[in-house]
Amino acid sequence: MTETLRPKVLVVGGGPGGYVAAIRAGQLGLDTVLVESGRLGGTCLTRGCIPSKALIHAAGLYEEAMLASAEVGRFGIHLSQAPSLRFEETIGWKDGIVDRLSGGVGGLLRKAKVKTLTGWASFSDAKTCTVETPDGLVTIRPEHVILATGSTAVELPFLPFGGKVISSTEALSLAEVPATLAVVGGGYIGLELGIAFAKLGSKVTIVEALDRILPLYDAALTAPVLRWLDKHGVTVHLGAKALGQDDEGLLIETAGGKSQLTVPADRILVTVGRKPLTEGWGLDQMALAMEGRFVKIDDRCATSTTHVWAIGDLVGEPMLAHKASAQGEMVAEVISGHRRRFDPVAIAAVCFTEPEIVSVGLTPDQAPEGVETVVGQFPFQANGRALSMQAGDDAGFVRVLARKADHRILGIQAVGRHVSEFAGEFATLMEMGAVLEDVAGTIHVHPTLGEAIHESALKALGHAIHI
Amino acid sequence: MGLYLFRLPDVGEGVAEAEIVAWLVKVGDVVEEDQNLAEVMTDKATVEISSPVAGTVTAIHGEVGGMLPVGAVLVEFESEEGSDTAVATPAKATAPAPVEVEAKPVPAVQAPAPVATAAPVKAATPASAPRPSISSGRAAGEAPLASPSTRRRALDLGVSLVQVPGSGPAGRITPDDLDVFLERDGKPAVGGASRVARTGINDTRIIGLRRKIAEKMQEAKRRIPHINYVEECDLTELEALRLDLNEHRTADQPKLTLLPFIMRAMAKALPDFPQVNALYDDDNGVLHAHEGVHIGIATQTPNGLIVPVVRHVEALDVWDCAREVSRLAKAVRDGTATRDELSGSTITLTSMGPLGGIVSTPVINHPEVAILNPNKLVSRPVIDGSFITVRKMMNLSSAFDHRIVDGYDAALFVQRVKRLLEHPALIFMD
Repeated sequence: MTETLRPKVLVVGGGPGGYVAAIRAGQLGLDTVLVESGRLGGTCLTRGCIPSKALIHAAGLYEEAMLASAEVGRFGIHLSQAPSLRFEETIGWKDGIVDRLSGGVGGLLRKAKVKTLTGWASFSDAKTCTVETPDGLVTIRPEHVILATGSTAVELPFLPFGGKVISSTEALSLAEVPATLAVVGGGYIGLELGIAFAKLGSKVTIVEALDRILPLYDAALTAPVLRWLDKHGVTVHLGAKALGQDDEGLLIETAGGKSQLTVPADRILVTVGRKPLTEGWGLDQMALAMEGRFVKIDDRCATSTTHVWAIGDLVGEPMLAHKASAQGEMVAEVISGHRRRFDPVAIAAVCFTEPEIVSVGLTPDQAPEGVETVVGQFPFQANGRALSMQAGDDAGFVRVLARKADHRILGIQAVGRHVSEFAGEFATLMEMGAVLEDVAGTIHVHPTLGEAIHESALKALGHAIHI
Repeated sequence: MGLYLFRLPDVGEGVAEAEIVAWLVKVGDVVEEDQNLAEVMTDKATVEISSPVAGTVTAIHGEVGGMLPVGAVLVEFESEEGSDTAVATPAKATAPAPVEVEAKPVPAVQAPAPVATAAPVKAATPASAPRPSISSGRAAGEAPLASPSTRRRALDLGVSLVQVPGSGPAGRITPDDLDVFLERDGKPAVGGASRVARTGINDTRIIGLRRKIAEKMQEAKRRIPHINYVEECDLTELEALRLDLNEHRTADQPKLTLLPFIMRAMAKALPDFPQVNALYDDDNGVLHAHEGVHIGIATQTPNGLIVPVVRHVEALDVWDCAREVSRLAKAVRDGTATRDELSGSTITLTSMGPLGGIVSTPVINHPEVAILNPNKLVSRPVIDGSFITVRKMMNLSSAFDHRIVDGYDAALFVQRVKRLLEHPALIFMD
């Protein structure tokens, strides 16, 4: 039997964009249906942000224990033997977190009175969607459609996924830690996972086609990460091309085509980027205008078809969960009749490498031409709290960029352990339109890492205290 | 060269499908970019679909009169810009023609109808807008600086922050700045007594019924040299009769307004003025004078003006007229009126009751040649012999196509209607 639903809002995709849109729509009293083929939470929650952070945390703990078991010990702590790693238990713990959060999303949707359908959505025209659910075929003819289908890992034609070659999804559910791991692509996903596996004992090699890692960040910010990789025996091939695989591992051509060599690899992790998921669900039946590979939207996330909205990875960079959520929340409000616009001053990005990187707004080399700027940089080496938690010796720092004329903050970045937690303060400074004096005039708690933010503003004003 | 699939784009109002009204190209045609390919009609408007590319038409999909879902392939091209991807270009809505208002009259004095489907497409303040006379603290073209809560509040209030001076550091607009701006109702927050120019322009696409009305009015005014004539009528007697009839009507009789009496008066007068109850085919130079009196009743609906037709008024009594007027008004308002009920009028009557004003210059419902427009009924002092008395007076405005009806005949016709209305017994005498 075919059931037909006629809700006010249909949300396609249960990731951080879609489920937030659905909850907000439900809160606003809109009759809402959400369709998700996999588990609620999407890439972010089930095979991205959350599981990778769990793995990174466990890897860090394992590394600490390894250090403590070495001859010199760690802060006077000595383990009589090296820790043992039962990786399947690590993966189980990680899966437990995913289960808990995915179940939590389901509960939130129910509380918001959103009807959730499990199945693959397929559009035959812009306003007609069929879903094959376990309970039968459901046809949905909504008034509004919110597309939040997300993205998938990009595959290299000469290194198709399968066998040894894995994407980040498989990397988060491996049965064992590979002895050797080659990472193709030195972006944040490859580096986060590569570093985690290095801490877990893999011999990791990173192959990047550009002449630098983490191309989204400037060289000063990535230098501490390169330093860590170097110190921990992770080989980095910059300007190198992956060519294919053989029995030994990954075949590459080194910078400038000088030579070819084989990187030993039990696993080859391909993290060369993500592409919007635009195929397999009837996008071509909806007559939506595109912008490159993304669905084209305006500043209210409206597509070229009336009452069809699109958010998240599907609509462009940055492909970040928090951007998708903000767009989802806004679209629900637009549909319910509010005047809204997606107009963030800046969207912060973090990178859970060792050490971590956080960046909001412009970096010094992006400063607009003709605008005189000042930069204030303060090292964690001079921050008491950093030293007390072994976070002061990895060359980390906070750096703020401001306009010279009126001290308006144009951008602020940090690299160092735990600095991802600065993202909120950084974004708030940008959104509130803060000037250096606002930061300088805010008492930052001692002893915390955040004092470095305060000091960076003081530095830019020319009177840092602790440097 | 490659195959280019052109899919039916969203034609507005969020409709999922559209009817193909006409094909403007055929297989084998070489088309230019932007050349019109087909006309499609939604329930609101007819839209011309133009080609996004230049190329040769290799296939067209859909019969005239058939429905096609948005996103379905409409035309296949062999094109230089060949690509087998779906490409949607914005539709150019150029020629709406709702069946319901085909050849329907639209008197000029009707208030502009709200067009429910029109949405503002742009509410922008150009960067080159004149600056307020005082400095807003920002360089020209620089985005205003304000916290998320202030930005949202401004958006909700419809205030463009570009106009709001910021008193905070780096010219930041504080919540107080916005309050001050609002209190001064657009004046600069500090100094200067001059008002700030509002520079926003809200563009609304004129589509659907509104566009149809616009075209009908333009056509009528372009073709017809109108003459207007206004006479005052003493309806004291008619009103007395009407009130009495209403008071003593039976349960199955509708309440009478003035309209049925005016309709009956027209039906009574028109046989002596055959050229007034007529359709002028000016393209062929033929006047079709009708024996039957079919009166179009201009009716305001939520979507705009529609003119249903009461047929053969010469064969109806006032009760029939009243029943028919109210039945048709309801039908057009809830959209159930048939095409028959919306066409075939030979003369039009438009009235806005209490909004009727004192004089109006109605626009003739082409190809008709006359339209009557009673104005508001009011009690006025009138000279009666050497006394001043209070009478219920109503002006009767009218317009005629001067190509067919001369001023003299127009005056005679209106005077005849006036006489019938002032001595209502005449309406009922055969």
